[in-house]
Amino acid sequence: MDVFPIILVIAFFQILIIQKPFPNLDQILLGVLLVVFGLFVFILGLDSALFPIGEKMANEFAIKGNALWIILFGFALGFSTTIAEPALTVVAGKAGGLAAGAGAIQDNKESIASFVLGLRITVAFSVGTAIALGVLRIIRGWPLIWFISGGYTLIVITTFFAPPQIIGIAYDSGGITTSTITVPLVAALGVGLATAIRGRNPILDGFGLIALASLNPIVFVLLYGISVYGLNI
Amino acid sequence: MENDLIQSILDALGGTFIDILPIILVLGFFQAVAIRKKVPNLGTILFGLVLVVVGLSIFIVGLEKCVFPIGTQMANQLTDLNFLTSGDEAAVEELQTSSNIDPAIYLWTYIFAFLIGFSTTLAEPALIAVALKAKEITTGAISAWGLRISVALGVAIGVTLGVYRIVSGDPLHYYIATGYAFLLVQTYFSPKMIIPLAYDSGGVTTSTVTVPLIAALGIGLASNVPGRSPLIDGFGLIAFASLFPMITVMGYAMITEILAKRKQIKE
Repeated sequence: MDVFPIILVIAFFQILIIQKPFPNLDQILLGVLLVVFGLFVFILGLDSALFPIGEKMANEFAIKGNALWIILFGFALGFSTTIAEPALTVVAGKAGGLAAGAGAIQDNKESIASFVLGLRITVAFSVGTAIALGVLRIIRGWPLIWFISGGYTLIVITTFFAPPQIIGIAYDSGGITTSTITVPLVAALGVGLATAIRGRNPILDGFGLIALASLNPIVFVLLYGISVYGLNI
Repeated sequence: MENDLIQSILDALGGTFIDILPIILVLGFFQAVAIRKKVPNLGTILFGLVLVVVGLSIFIVGLEKCVFPIGTQMANQLTDLNFLTSGDEAAVEELQTSSNIDPAIYLWTYIFAFLIGFSTTLAEPALIAVALKAKEITTGAISAWGLRISVALGVAIGVTLGVYRIVSGDPLHYYIATGYAFLLVQTYFSPKMIIPLAYDSGGVTTSTVTVPLIAALGIGLASNVPGRSPLIDGFGLIAFASLFPMITVMGYAMITEILAKRKQIKE
């Protein structure tokens, strides 16, 4: 459970370094309870419903499905799990509020909501594309490093034209998206495929889907920023 | 206040259901069209879905009401000018008027960032699972603890450097581009079997609880340090936290390889 060390570090700093009572302690404690309890129920549900089906389907597709179906499935899986990712929901909401506060978009509920939804769909679409591409890579046996270096080159070029308001959010979106729901399902698909296809090695070819899924959103969110704020020349 | 919380959880339920719906549709569609088999234990699965939606709603409300405020408040308290100067009023005034703040006065913020990054990553369940798998596949050449500590160090260094970047106000992409360039060169020299694992470890380690906390820390810092904008400078910590584990994991693999070779030569 990764909540415990957070509490420990914060309590240490609050008591020894800052030496002041924590503001709104009762509300924070209630929130901690919600986080721990919510996460527990959520993961219990994932383990009993989504993961068994998802992993079984990933394996079945890997063994007998044809390439087109697997690629389609990879895209759909990446897209749908990313839309549901809780960390993305919360951080995208924050980004929307900040963008409105800074006057980058209109400061009303509708335009914030449409900015946030646009951001989430952009990230989800890019993760879907990344998984589809990664699945194709595993099937063909192309080296991962081609995609990584190509992706970084694209990021550098796009950053050059992107408005500064989006760069931070874009670079963060790569790490945010690959989380609780996406990682287990996507990893199952990758390792399942690499195990099923003859001549592929699970360690060399099975990993790497997450890497592509962390890279692609950066490019797409930069492009989204350009479409919202305009080119930065 | 309790009523407020229950109300916000109920409000979140509808949105959460819509968020989960695409997964259900995707799995349902492929099950019906491509695999064409009946789903076993449909009852358990439906009950599990209810748990997912309810748990996720409670969790998200907790994140918004608790984790985000904690990150913001820690940033506020650690960058409070009275705290930084130990209550020296003349120094406070000087800081308020100066345009160029010495990054060294934020020392405690760097230490806080390092500890949060290190401790949360070490306790991350996904990383423990991956580390055991890596040990198994490399037949012990990469130890589970070695991998976990190198990833945790990577996240800690990344978040600390990211915090320094917010304080100093340097452009994010200079740091990230340098990191990537270093990473590509390092990839060329590191053992081939570690590469995909190292690249994945960047994305895996930033978990659902850590991400909002670190994001809030960055936004809080950028709002408090004079001359920084939360929208432009506040983001980027997660990017650092995903980049540095790749470097430290490859570094760890390179060191173990060199040590193993030396041992062979001696024997």
